[in-house]
Amino acid sequence: MQKALKRYFPIFVLPTLIAFGFAFIIPFVMGVYLSFCDFKTVTNATFVGFKNYTEIFADTDFVNAFIFTFRFAAIAIFTINVLAFSLALVLTRKIKGTNLFRTVFFMPNLIGGIILGYIWQSIINAILINYGTTLVANPVYGFWGLVILMNWQLIGYMMIIYIAGLQNIPTDLLEAARIDGASSWQLLKKVKIPMVMPSITICLFLTVSNSFKLFDQNLALTAGAPSKKTQMLALDIYNTFYGRNFAEGTGQAKAVLFFLLVAAIALGQLVLTRRKEIDQ
Amino acid sequence: MKKKIMLALLTVAMVSAFLSGCGSKSSEGKVYYMNFKPEVDQVWQDLAAKYTKETGVEVKVVTAASGTYEQTLKSEIANTDAPTLFQINGPVGYQAWKEYCLDLKDTKLYSWLLDKNLAITGEDGGVYGIPYVVEGYGIIYNNSIMNKYFALDGALATSMDQINNFATLKAVAEDMQAKKDQLGINGVFASTSLLPGEDWRWQTHLANLPVYYEYKDKGISDTNNLEFTYSDNFKNIFDLYINNSCTEPGLLGSKSVNDSMAEFALGQVAMVQNGNWGWGQISGVEGNVVTAEDVKFLPIYTGVAGEENQGLCIGTENYFCINSKASKADQDASIAFVEWVFSSEEGKAAVTNDLGFIAPFNTFTDAEKPTDPLAKEVIRYMSDTTKTSVSWNFTSFPSQDFKDAFGAALLEYANGTMAWDDVKKLVIDKWASEKAAAAAAQ
Repeated sequence: MQKALKRYFPIFVLPTLIAFGFAFIIPFVMGVYLSFCDFKTVTNATFVGFKNYTEIFADTDFVNAFIFTFRFAAIAIFTINVLAFSLALVLTRKIKGTNLFRTVFFMPNLIGGIILGYIWQSIINAILINYGTTLVANPVYGFWGLVILMNWQLIGYMMIIYIAGLQNIPTDLLEAARIDGASSWQLLKKVKIPMVMPSITICLFLTVSNSFKLFDQNLALTAGAPSKKTQMLALDIYNTFYGRNFAEGTGQAKAVLFFLLVAAIALGQLVLTRRKEIDQ
Repeated sequence: MKKKIMLALLTVAMVSAFLSGCGSKSSEGKVYYMNFKPEVDQVWQDLAAKYTKETGVEVKVVTAASGTYEQTLKSEIANTDAPTLFQINGPVGYQAWKEYCLDLKDTKLYSWLLDKNLAITGEDGGVYGIPYVVEGYGIIYNNSIMNKYFALDGALATSMDQINNFATLKAVAEDMQAKKDQLGINGVFASTSLLPGEDWRWQTHLANLPVYYEYKDKGISDTNNLEFTYSDNFKNIFDLYINNSCTEPGLLGSKSVNDSMAEFALGQVAMVQNGNWGWGQISGVEGNVVTAEDVKFLPIYTGVAGEENQGLCIGTENYFCINSKASKADQDASIAFVEWVFSSEEGKAAVTNDLGFIAPFNTFTDAEKPTDPLAKEVIRYMSDTTKTSVSWNFTSFPSQDFKDAFGAALLEYANGTMAWDDVKKLVIDKWASEKAAAAAAQ
């Protein structure tokens, strides 16, 4: 068996490995190197050391974007997971039309972020126009607009994962608990939640990384308006890289720092929730 | 053993299939043109096909989506098959791209240029960017609505000739706004589009006027520290736009350029600030009620002394550059292609009629001028010797980031969440910091 695996390694793994190398590893290594360079195009760079990293904090844009991203992520992660889990609970009961509902809730996830952004921009503006204002008049609108948008997009996806988790709970376990006289609240808290912990890990990981890396939706919905007050980290990096002259290196340095931040937060979360998982 | 060979072959086949498409080289020169104007993409594609048919030289035209030229160019030019012909937007663009610009001093194209001062020159005296179109902008007005107003009792002016300064424009606009129901319009000015990404008519084009006058006073063409001495003049016209419009100031953040052009085309408003490229947007609107004869230009008056003689803002931000890192054969092919476009009968016809360009080259006769109403107006103003055209100085604006910040401040000002003094301060500070950042990085 071991030998067979080794023999077929080139056929099954090599093509993917090469693709992965070209599309991920090489750009990644290049990206890290470029963050120490001054460059106009990625193939024409001169090494400058840590200069780009010191320039990250030359203005407050990056810090502001970080604070906004963090606030957004905290709220979005909470609401998305709570709502998705509640929907999953409802839709694992034996009610009519469960499959239809599951499909409907999942569908927003199939629409691209840019389109969603523009759709929600029109919806929110159509509502706000009654109050004589627009989405970009106040950063608060942009913030909650983004939260609503992300909820709408991600709840269905997370719901499917939670449904899979809930359906995997052995029915004898639930029955035993019921016979022992557990109320439905106790059932949820003591049996269901501990049993779907692996799903929670995955969902939290997906929402954390998605919320921090959010770009398309942010760009399409407000593009950071008013005055960059609704600008998230990824958009700030993009604007530094493309919107300013001679700041490509700084943008790249921001991107590397961004990677480290997101990786640290996501891994921390993985370790924390993994600990709570129990073996069946 | 046989199996192993098969295996190795298979792997090689898969990998090579994956890698193919990166290769393919030809020794003959070919042209890769990176087009800036999405609205004329098809015209360039047709021109390229025609040229290939005539000469056998391969011409590839790629158009960057609106507002993404810098991004697209930045990634495309890093490729092995990089654009051989691209464009920059002026001196600031030249500073950013100078490593990629070839000296074009000895080309025929440069020798044809009517006003050699328009070209972008480097410190070494080389010519690195050649303008290929002259454009103009101002306030586009609907003459039939204006005539309707002039016919009213108590009209504050009786013909467009009387509106030749800001005070008159303001009085007339405010009076028209008050009588908008009689005139059958929703407002005098079309929406001041302040949706992010749609604010270039204000943070770039309108902002050109105060900068032009400041440069003129100081006798300079660029500066690291803008004082924004004419900020009140900018405020004059901007206030007039947002307060006498078909849209409430607080709602301007949801309007795009297309919205304002449609409002004008549907006869809902009398005036809109835009350039001669806007004719296609006006005539292309479904249900358009504005006839070609009624579309005219008025200079943008801001209350500067002596502005009675001010003309339209005329200039260019489209300069051809040849990629200096491309092969010699490709460079020559690209120059030949451009020269063909601007000198052959077919090329010139397409430039004049399909692209609608006012080309700044002596290869074009007087008969070969675009015939759309706005281009005709630009030509009329240019040939009027009593008017002084305002040159395009926004090509010296420090960066896109500066323009975006300015636009965002204007949006906040329109929403009433930012005082004008803060807008002024932001412009001055942002200008200085972006210029300093660019200087430090060079």
